[in-house]
Amino acid sequence: MATTVDVNGRPLNVNSAPDTPLLWVLRDELGLTGTKYGCGVAQCGACTVLVDGQAMRSCQMPVSAVGAAKITTIEGLGGTHPLQEAWVKLDVPQCGYCQSGQIMSAVALLAQTPKPDDAAISAAMDGNICRCGAYQRIRAAIKEAAAGPAVQPVAAKA
Amino acid sequence: MNKPLTDIVRAPTRRQALVVGATLVGGSLLVGCSIGDILSAGSRVEVGAFGPFLKFAADGSVTVISKHIEFGQGNHAGLAAIAAEELDADWSRVSVEQAAANAKLYGNTMMGGTQGTGGSSAIFNSWTQLRTAGAAARAMFVQAAAAKWSVPAAEIKVANGVLSHASGKQAGFGDLLDEAARITPPEAPVLKDPKTFTLIGTDRVRRKDSRVKSTGAATYTLDVKRPDLLVAMVAHAPKFGAKVKSFDAAAASKIAGVVAVHEIPTGVAVVAENTWAARQGREALKVEWDEAKAETRGSAQILASFRDLASGKTAAPEKGGWKPFDSRGDAAKAAAGSNALEIAYDFPYLAHATMEPMNCVAMVGKGPTRLVFGSQAPTMDQINTAGIVKALPGSIQIETLFAGGSFGRRANLKSDYVTECVHIARKVGGGRPVKLVWTREDDMRAGYYRPIVHHTVRVTTDAQGFPATWRHRVVTQSIMKGAPPGMSGGDIDPTAVEGALGSPYLKATPIVDAQLIMPDVGVPVLWWRSVGATHTAYVMEHTIDQLARRAGKDPVAYRRALYEKAGARRHIAVLDLVAEKAGWSSPAPAGWTRGVAVHESFGSVVAQVAEVKLENGQPRVGRVVTAIDCGTAISPDQIAAQMEGGTCYGLSATLYGEITLTDGVVDQGNFDTYRVLRNSEAPTVETHILPSTNPPTGVGEPGTPVIGPAVANALLTLTGKPTLSQPFVKA
Repeated sequence: MATTVDVNGRPLNVNSAPDTPLLWVLRDELGLTGTKYGCGVAQCGACTVLVDGQAMRSCQMPVSAVGAAKITTIEGLGGTHPLQEAWVKLDVPQCGYCQSGQIMSAVALLAQTPKPDDAAISAAMDGNICRCGAYQRIRAAIKEAAAGPAVQPVAAKA
Repeated sequence: MNKPLTDIVRAPTRRQALVVGATLVGGSLLVGCSIGDILSAGSRVEVGAFGPFLKFAADGSVTVISKHIEFGQGNHAGLAAIAAEELDADWSRVSVEQAAANAKLYGNTMMGGTQGTGGSSAIFNSWTQLRTAGAAARAMFVQAAAAKWSVPAAEIKVANGVLSHASGKQAGFGDLLDEAARITPPEAPVLKDPKTFTLIGTDRVRRKDSRVKSTGAATYTLDVKRPDLLVAMVAHAPKFGAKVKSFDAAAASKIAGVVAVHEIPTGVAVVAENTWAARQGREALKVEWDEAKAETRGSAQILASFRDLASGKTAAPEKGGWKPFDSRGDAAKAAAGSNALEIAYDFPYLAHATMEPMNCVAMVGKGPTRLVFGSQAPTMDQINTAGIVKALPGSIQIETLFAGGSFGRRANLKSDYVTECVHIARKVGGGRPVKLVWTREDDMRAGYYRPIVHHTVRVTTDAQGFPATWRHRVVTQSIMKGAPPGMSGGDIDPTAVEGALGSPYLKATPIVDAQLIMPDVGVPVLWWRSVGATHTAYVMEHTIDQLARRAGKDPVAYRRALYEKAGARRHIAVLDLVAEKAGWSSPAPAGWTRGVAVHESFGSVVAQVAEVKLENGQPRVGRVVTAIDCGTAISPDQIAAQMEGGTCYGLSATLYGEITLTDGVVDQGNFDTYRVLRNSEAPTVETHILPSTNPPTGVGEPGTPVIGPAVANALLTLTGKPTLSQPFVKA
């Protein structure tokens, strides 16, 4: 079944079966492999993307449910987003596998709460597991980015 | 991680080399060949003018070739810095490339020359090798410049990738590339005096991969793209040791995108055009299993059997009975004596639960067999693959990618998930790439856990309250059992007792009777970040605090006295450093209680002071002060990162980690049932590195085993009660 999804500001045709989770459409059909599979049951956050600016677990969203929503993946941040710069500056990643999801959750957080306190960071980031335990640096990098100029909501850019 | 490989293959005898070689090449003895020669036969890896570890480009940039996989430990930064230091390269123009599989070129000197990453050995086994490679290349460029400029080589300086002479002449590596490449590398180049290091040990040594890992651009196995790629998923038996009896693929074959269903030794594989179709196809499979040889016990039964062995309720079998691993003085006295502290500890199975579940891409049937994945032990993976495709191990090509964590899981003597992929790719044939994808549930239920471990300890004390006799019984599955010829652990599997064996506390005790028994269990087990120390550090360190408490002594002072008796100078140094930095002599912040622990593993000694409190009856860990002696610090920032991450990994297991089985079936399948540490539960780790001029030692693992006992010791102070089983928080 052919349908169109708006990914990173571009309307893209997809042919995956309607029940296919958005995660596998992004990865297998559109080749956007920055979004990772970690658990398949919305427990780990590795597959986090923005859906109309909200952080969502793409492993639990059938592509048929996307409709006209604007999807933003890690690739859609452009590579020099203030959070990505903070991640690089503080050498946050270790194995790096969870970091796309971590960053997407943090983007949604800062769009809503530009100067988050510890409780806000915990609430936004506890759904993203990092088995390397880079949590301390993730928190520091969010604060680093939040201390800079206001972070623009990404979906609006598209 | 694979400390066992480290220990057992460290110094293979000639006979072992021949045995391994004969096993590999179908029985023909290759007299006069080294393991590296044998295992690299058939390899097509080419080496450039500057040797296997360095490449230079015309623009002057430098590529350091890493024989070790990067799966988070930061070793690529450290390895590159070692070579760059001796080269006097411009650090900003140094990049890292992953080496191909070739045991002769890229063998781990701590693993008897097989190529592999583990035992926290990447930096220390490469230290001299990469310094030499860097110094040799530097000498070649200097000699080339001297000839070109007609000046004495001794007058040429190198700094930041630029060679210069007082006459005003200067050139970069790229300018002299052709001339330098023609110079014979010096056999024994002069290495720098460490006092003159300008890069090593500075905060400039930072990761090279943070950018690609922050933009989604880094390629992991799951991300491999090929035009004709197929994706496979495998239905595995619910119980370990079961086999396929029969299967019905009719429904699976009707799923759009499913192209084939194949029986393989580990189950039934569904091969499809994409991941979702493979998954839907597997859901539709009907498989019947032959469980005649399956392990059908539950984990509670297995643990109970271990406890009964330790208590003597069950007699040890004649074969495979108790084996002493440390003994001193009259063992009978260790069983006697009044007023003993008698305690028993239990540790559960633990899954590694890497963020990226196990996966692999294999191409079989057209030209050399080729694997593309995060290979932690390329030589083992070559050997195991070669056995399936009937080829020389060295001819198996492996392209190693970043891996989304390992913690020991990806170095497997049986190459379990790798061979599974090879079997499927062989059935598919034609060299068509097949990507094996494990779901989280596949990964968590596939075994290769940190084994269940039981310790019973009985200690009597002298008039000052120090240990006088120490009786120790360890019951656990052997990790090394079943290893290939020349690699088995013998009577004592070192991975079962390391950390108890060699403990300064045992050295300081006049009478010691320490024994190990390794019962057979049908659940596959494996090294898990810090291996034996995951339990021995806990047992030794928590026991010591209980003894200090009985003696009415301060835990730091008590440890210090025992280290003095044992001559454990490095332990004293990190203990003093951590006590000073944590403010041990002053009260803890209001509401927090401190606990201390110290442990040596993988050549490094780590001390931690953890600040702990109880919230809703559950431990919360706040500040964790860490002191480490890891010899020469290459990258202080990455050492700190490993202390932060290792502490989280250890704390996650201590608080929550537990795989259980009911009637042989694993109960957990995903992060909803296998709880792991989350962001808000992570402590704030401060790292203090002991200045040292010794060669570098391990960093990836030594930060993991100390937090558990440090937290337990804080809880002991807070509640007066020891914590004798993990995890602390039961599901």
